[in-house]
Amino acid sequence: MGISPVLWQFLMKWLNASALFPREASTIAPQMDALYFFLLGMTVVGVVLVVVIVAVFSMRYRKSVHPVATQIEGSTLLEATWTIIPLGLFLVCFVWGALLYFRIYNPPVNSMNIYIVGKQWMWKAEHPGGQHEINMLHVPMGQPIQLTMISQDVFHSYSIPDFRIKREVIPGRYSTVWFEATTPGTYHIFCTQYCGTNHSQMIGEVTVLSPEDYKKWTEESTSGMSLAQNGERLFASMGCNACHSGNAAARGPSLAGVFGSQLQLANGSRVQVNEAYLRDAILNPSQHITAGYSPIMPTYQGQISEDGLIDIVEYLKTLNTNYRVQQTLTTSESDQAAPPATGGANQ
Amino acid sequence: MSATSTTILNLPDQSTATIPKKNYITAEHGLLSWLLTGDHKRIAMLYLISITVFFFIGGAFAGLIRLELLTPQPDLVASDTYNKLFTMHGVIMVFLFLVPSVPATIGNFLIPIMVGARDLAFPKINLLSWYLYVVGGILVLSALVLGGVDTGWTFTTPLSTHYLNTHVLTTATAIFVAGFSSIFTGLNFIVTIHRMRCPGMTWFRMPLFVWAHYAASILMVLGTPVLAISLVLVALERVFGIGVFDPAKGGDPLLFQHLFWFYSHPAVYIMILPGMGVISEVVSTFSRKRVFGYTAVAFSSVAIALFGFFVWAHHMFIMGISNYSALVFSLLTMLVAVPSAIKIFNWSFTLQKGSITFETPMLYAFGFMGLFTIGGLTGVFLGSLGMDIQLTETYFIVAHFHFVMVGGMLMAFLSGVHFWWPKMTGRMYPESLSKLAAVVTFIGFNLTFMPQFILGYLGMPRRYHAYPPEFQVLNVLSTAGATVLGVGYMLPILYLAWSLKYGEIAGDNPWQATGLEWQIQSPPLTENFTEIPIMDHEAYDYEWLEHKTQHEVTHVG
Repeated sequence: MGISPVLWQFLMKWLNASALFPREASTIAPQMDALYFFLLGMTVVGVVLVVVIVAVFSMRYRKSVHPVATQIEGSTLLEATWTIIPLGLFLVCFVWGALLYFRIYNPPVNSMNIYIVGKQWMWKAEHPGGQHEINMLHVPMGQPIQLTMISQDVFHSYSIPDFRIKREVIPGRYSTVWFEATTPGTYHIFCTQYCGTNHSQMIGEVTVLSPEDYKKWTEESTSGMSLAQNGERLFASMGCNACHSGNAAARGPSLAGVFGSQLQLANGSRVQVNEAYLRDAILNPSQHITAGYSPIMPTYQGQISEDGLIDIVEYLKTLNTNYRVQQTLTTSESDQAAPPATGGANQ
Repeated sequence: MSATSTTILNLPDQSTATIPKKNYITAEHGLLSWLLTGDHKRIAMLYLISITVFFFIGGAFAGLIRLELLTPQPDLVASDTYNKLFTMHGVIMVFLFLVPSVPATIGNFLIPIMVGARDLAFPKINLLSWYLYVVGGILVLSALVLGGVDTGWTFTTPLSTHYLNTHVLTTATAIFVAGFSSIFTGLNFIVTIHRMRCPGMTWFRMPLFVWAHYAASILMVLGTPVLAISLVLVALERVFGIGVFDPAKGGDPLLFQHLFWFYSHPAVYIMILPGMGVISEVVSTFSRKRVFGYTAVAFSSVAIALFGFFVWAHHMFIMGISNYSALVFSLLTMLVAVPSAIKIFNWSFTLQKGSITFETPMLYAFGFMGLFTIGGLTGVFLGSLGMDIQLTETYFIVAHFHFVMVGGMLMAFLSGVHFWWPKMTGRMYPESLSKLAAVVTFIGFNLTFMPQFILGYLGMPRRYHAYPPEFQVLNVLSTAGATVLGVGYMLPILYLAWSLKYGEIAGDNPWQATGLEWQIQSPPLTENFTEIPIMDHEAYDYEWLEHKTQHEVTHVG
């Protein structure tokens, strides 16, 4: 062997460190890979077919063995064949892909929600219990996790290749994706939408823990205040409770039980109240007047960060009847426990 | 020629042959005679020189990108520089090379001759289109010299409107201006094809090259204005702060994506359709056969052009468009793949019972067929909704569109340049050297872009300056391939330049091809035909050609 052992070892190490196929670490991954192999098979067969046809004709009808060409107009039968068979195959790819797409973008009802805020050039994850992490994400195994994501500046895209999921993170609107991790370990998070100078530094790691380890992690990393509790403080400190007091005679509508309900708007339309609606109603209140109320609410555009909006939305989600008692709980104790959630102006 | 010959090359006796004294090159002298010309052939040459310059500038950026990606660490250039490199590479290659490549050079040269006309319908607009191209090119170069631009060629808002301090406006203006050059070319082709066909040249006697250009011209004329509008809106938001795309001002950031891709997806077909036209001519000539299913190939060009306008949102599957609209766009994307499949099989079966020879243009055409098949089928991966989630915005998509644009279009361009080189210059290129270049290009291309498919499925994002170390092996392969590819592209420049002086005299019809352009002298006269021809046969009628050469010695000019 002419190859030196040192070089050989280096080469082996290099090859071992490189993968040709991503790990399958979520419930979606095997389904994605099945479609991938179908498409790969179709491509290989298609390419081989074309290469074989061209090669065989080139051999049989090259000038030296077939000096005079025989003219052929065409063949309706052949042309129909290579129209219909590819069309059929492509339609299979369409249906299969569509099923998978709807599965990845429609979270199951029992999923746990984690918020992701993207900004140049970091990912902030906010867990329901108030745990925050930057460029990291800890999730329990075997539990569907929904990510509700928003960008504070430009387009980003949240990608975890080993889970086979990805979704654009858009300024000004929530987007969601979900996964259920199957194997403990750490996996890459990439921002895949070009977002400026340090685009390639906008990376992170998702750590999949067993349910017990996850429980331990949540306890160790809690800030002491859940998102809803932060939201409650913000709701009071921004004076929302002055109008949305829950009182029937108040200037603003009661927000108890509003999340998930159907709302009749002043312009006659009916809307389903979800996170995106609540966020938009805070930022652009004039376009979302509840029927029976006057358009007096000022816009909060630029006065509240995406983090703060998430807190308030989470708080509103917890509200049920008669919340007047809860909303006055701005204790000095909680002031010390967590810094104010208003994180400066929203860009 | 003996029956066992392996070439159709039919050159005049070199000891007596001469280049015709009177031709479009010698018709007038001096730089001004070129810069103020109305002759479509001279304008084609001006375009050929300018796009070649930009191709090598864009290629140099690609080389630097691949060199940086040799190692996982960001070590060759700074992140901002890297972002500028891929932006300039994309902008130059898309707008200053691929869009004008075949239509403005080979198309410009041949469309009037192929339909039997003396020039395009609007020679002055044709010249204006070249000047607009040059102005666009100079603006891009000035943006480059002043410090570059780092928006990516896609100008994604609000990044491009609010967050970057580079020369966005200069570059947007450049593309705006170059866009009009493309609109004028398209307009000229449409009018010429409708109004200036010679007697007897019915629609279904036109070469498929003309059909392909007709389809591409429709896209240029209808699509490019939308790009211009999007760029104006970017400028308005950037300069005056008008909230078109910025959500904080009530704008919609997705609107830009819709507008941009409404042009930029059809633009893919603007780039590929003329290339398909080249392949039809070359495959027919070197197998001595009519293109199999002429009508199907002609209509598939038009079908691609029409469907091409209704698939733009497949660039936005993960961007939060409604799941149901994604469904519609995915279905339409699958439909647009079918006409491309039809074309591939029609070309393959054109070989059946032919009398095939393997000159350089044919080698490039074979390369096109293989690589375009891969490029097309990997497009089906991306059109399949669920699969797109994993693959979009990764190296898979980079590999996919390079297979279509470089493996497909650039191969077709080189095929066409070699095929019509004797017509354009009157001289042959050196055959064995050019065969070597074709093979080197093919190998280099596959080595560069095959590993990127694997990288993409692994999840390596595109436009990354640094990457995790486990992706290095594949990146090294890709960079090695790019080096080979670079050699493959340098060779033609050298030997084609050499052939201008030392190439063999080609004669009128070295390939024994049937097109009208081969029935006139090489290089052609300024007015193409001394007498407007009368088309009395189908396209690709090799029996007519044989009859003609045996019984009537015609020589025009």
